[in-house]
Amino acid sequence: MIVAERKPYEEIRAMLAPYKKVLVFGCGGCVTVCATGGQKEAEILAEELKLTDAKDGVSREYVVKTVERQCEREFLAEAASEIGAVDAVLSLACGAGVNLLAEAYPKPAVLPAMNTTFLGVNDSPGVWVERCKGCGDCILHTTGGICPVARCSKNILNGPCGGTHDGKCEVSDEIDCVWALIVKRLTETNALDGYRRIVPPKDWRRGGHGGPRKMTREELIK
Amino acid sequence: MAEGESASWRPRIVAFCCHYCAYTAADLAGAARLQYSPSVEIVRIPCTGKVDVIFLLKAFTSGADGVYVAGCLDGDCHFISGNIRAKARIAAAKNLLAEAGLEPERLEMFQLSAAEGDRFRLLADEMTARIAKMGPSPIAKRATGE
Repeated sequence: MIVAERKPYEEIRAMLAPYKKVLVFGCGGCVTVCATGGQKEAEILAEELKLTDAKDGVSREYVVKTVERQCEREFLAEAASEIGAVDAVLSLACGAGVNLLAEAYPKPAVLPAMNTTFLGVNDSPGVWVERCKGCGDCILHTTGGICPVARCSKNILNGPCGGTHDGKCEVSDEIDCVWALIVKRLTETNALDGYRRIVPPKDWRRGGHGGPRKMTREELIK
Repeated sequence: MAEGESASWRPRIVAFCCHYCAYTAADLAGAARLQYSPSVEIVRIPCTGKVDVIFLLKAFTSGADGVYVAGCLDGDCHFISGNIRAKARIAAAKNLLAEAGLEPERLEMFQLSAAEGDRFRLLADEMTARIAKMGPSPIAKRATGE
């Protein structure tokens, strides 16, 4: 899932300053699953904002709504009347949702309540960790399903580097050396042959360094 | 009259009380004719695990000067861990209150057993004294034009 964290409260307050009627707009997708931007979090944020407004004597109206996914026009359309009736939409979706909002609705100011952080998994209750960088050219079949692009601090393809120690990364003892994990798994699965091969530099154009990416499925285009 | 109270102002405190402990303790306090603060308004809940952060924030936006959640002692929750979860949520809600500009001390979690009618009285009075000393919530103050 896409993991996003709520921005610092003061930053959100500063963004909202010029607006009088705000839609606090939750997303039912990834940010609901990572417990930062769903209906519940949208309601909590709106209530928190109302508290500060009441304390500071600010007069501002809030509407709270959540759609299934903010990254699809059809779902955004379900909130068209609310979006049309406010000065600003404070979106709790990832950056993709915020962009689509701005493209689909030219009038209200579109404000991000979140910092979109990574593609990850739920490691344990309350903990999310990065597992994919969206590099556009997956090599997981050669690394035992464990990604060095996302999980090595240097993103190196031929590891480990000299900073590995006792299975940990030199950046922090809290970070596993992903190459130690890869070698362990490849050893356990008798698949070390591929590891001995030197991997050439990756084509990073597919990882976003060749401009914005796009995917098309011809048979689905009307 | 608690310290900080005046003839014109008495704090309004919402107490979310678990049916299995604090609410029963309040009942016991009543049966024993124990006097406790009239500032405390009880909301009975099936378990403190049912208390969501939004309930707490809404109590404050609706004008409460203080809010507390009273649940079972550790290990006594009828639903195993509702009280433990509630403690973590109340800690998180305190942070949100501080962010929003309210004193986090206006919110508290207490733990007691159903047999502690007298302790229920003590906690109600203690919270009333705390809030009375702090004065009206800045939100309630503004709403009443004080």
